[in-house]
Amino acid sequence: MTSAAAASPGRTSGTARPAGKWLQRFWYHLPAVIVFVGTIGLWELLVRNIDLRGLPLPAPSAIVSALGENWSSGRWPLAKAAGATLFEAVGGLAIGTSLGVVVAFVTARYATVRELLLPLAVGASAVPIVAFAPLMNNWFGVLNPLSKMMIVAVLVFFPVVVNVTRGLTQVEPAALELLRSYGASDWTVLRVLRLPNALPYFFTALKIGTTLSLIGAIVGEYFGGSSEVLGRVVVQSASALRFDVTWAAIVLAAVSGIVMYLAIVAIERAVIPWHASVRSQEP
Amino acid sequence: MDPRSPEPPVSTPQTDQVVRIAAVDKTFISGSSALTTALQGIDLDIRRGEFISLIGPSGCGKSTLLRVIGDLVAPTRGTVTVNGKPASRARRDRDYGIVFQAPVLFDWRSVEDNVKLPLELMGYDRARRTERAKEMLDLVELSDFLHHRPYQLSGGMQQRVAIARALAFEPSILLMDEPFGALDEMTRERMNQEVLRIWERTGITVVFVTHSIPEAVFLSSRVVVMSARPGRITDLIEIDLPRPRDVQTREQRRYFELVTAVREALRRGGADTGAAEPAAEMDLASIDRTIAEGGIG
Repeated sequence: MTSAAAASPGRTSGTARPAGKWLQRFWYHLPAVIVFVGTIGLWELLVRNIDLRGLPLPAPSAIVSALGENWSSGRWPLAKAAGATLFEAVGGLAIGTSLGVVVAFVTARYATVRELLLPLAVGASAVPIVAFAPLMNNWFGVLNPLSKMMIVAVLVFFPVVVNVTRGLTQVEPAALELLRSYGASDWTVLRVLRLPNALPYFFTALKIGTTLSLIGAIVGEYFGGSSEVLGRVVVQSASALRFDVTWAAIVLAAVSGIVMYLAIVAIERAVIPWHASVRSQEP
Repeated sequence: MDPRSPEPPVSTPQTDQVVRIAAVDKTFISGSSALTTALQGIDLDIRRGEFISLIGPSGCGKSTLLRVIGDLVAPTRGTVTVNGKPASRARRDRDYGIVFQAPVLFDWRSVEDNVKLPLELMGYDRARRTERAKEMLDLVELSDFLHHRPYQLSGGMQQRVAIARALAFEPSILLMDEPFGALDEMTRERMNQEVLRIWERTGITVVFVTHSIPEAVFLSSRVVVMSARPGRITDLIEIDLPRPRDVQTREQRRYFELVTAVREALRRGGADTGAAEPAAEMDLASIDRTIAEGGIG
């Protein structure tokens, strides 16, 4: 996921004609595609030709057929499980982000609050948050998706607070002087300078959040709850030695993460086309 | 001597005064408890339509003085009167247009919308904003870039947008803090010409901070020479070069005499502070080089 993000700004290099641009893109991406396909092929070949002596590594083809067979039927309906997990992840991301943004606004506005909350935030973020998972299951009901969402929310909360606070406070001093020379109020400074300045930081936090939210949801599921979720499928299929299904669930988790990430990137490009990280995409 | 005044040629000294700085001190707390005297005993009167340059080594408080005039920094002692009222009042009345060393344009706004920003905040109606932004971008010759984003422009063009924005709401004083310090020499000379053209057309009073002697001499009607630690005014040099000034101005004998005069004033100011600071020395050395390369012949 991260490498996909790093690659995107350099993707287009300037002003080539549309046809040339596509060709350019094709050549740019070709090596990565070759490496990807080659790795999968090599994996397939190795598993088929070498006796792994009980090392439970199914071939990619076996994983794909497990995906197909268990897509909507059987003991582990994967599509439904992925949907449920994605729901928890997105819901938790929304809750954590909303709370984080609110707290960021307060800490950015009031230095005293910042000084009071920062040590707490640093301390809290040092705790491996997934350790709270059984607690959340206990508080919000193990069968209630909200319990998983709250684990996700706690996980997502801190990067949002830290990044958005930074975005609201780290503005160019000269820009503040400029607005002061116009006699602008604090509210105006927030509206015309701090808010737009914080948007790129907000999207950075969201992108970090997508990865964290799936980790949070799946780990939360390990500690119990509905069985039709990816985390339970992983635990149950592995203990039933159906590793092809386990791998299929892992692949779906990865795909869910990539889909969330790409959705955030698409929103980011639409909202802040002026920012350096997405600029090269502008016509 | 100064033909710039937009008022009728005969005006009383009273109304002619735009900025009056009286006995201004500014001390900063630096480090744990040490006090740095940035400005000491500053007295300065600036006439309407004047082009004043503040020059001095780094740390002489010239930028601080500019900020004191613009009420971005409060003086520790003394008073600043602008258009007959306190500086803080003048700021609220939007008497100041400011241009910093960095253009400080907002990337999320188009060039046009950047120029409109002060107009939006000051309650100009939509039609008037569009009209003023167009006029100002015409003035700085960027009419073709209305819908560009700031980052699509060169450094010199960005600074012209900043000037257009500063002039959009017709302030009576333009404060410029080393506006061309980040530009290359060729662009800087073009921008100097540009600023003079704008100044001549608008008749605005300009206070211009620079550490370039040639720039100060070429632009100004008066050069205020400052020295460091504590920052104070050591000389006021009247620049009596004829107007309009152009490329030829930089080759006149009188121009070089004045450049030399300012440089010597800076040296004198630096001499009685004991050991001159390295940054100031470097400034002077590079200016000497520039002059040598320009060559009197």
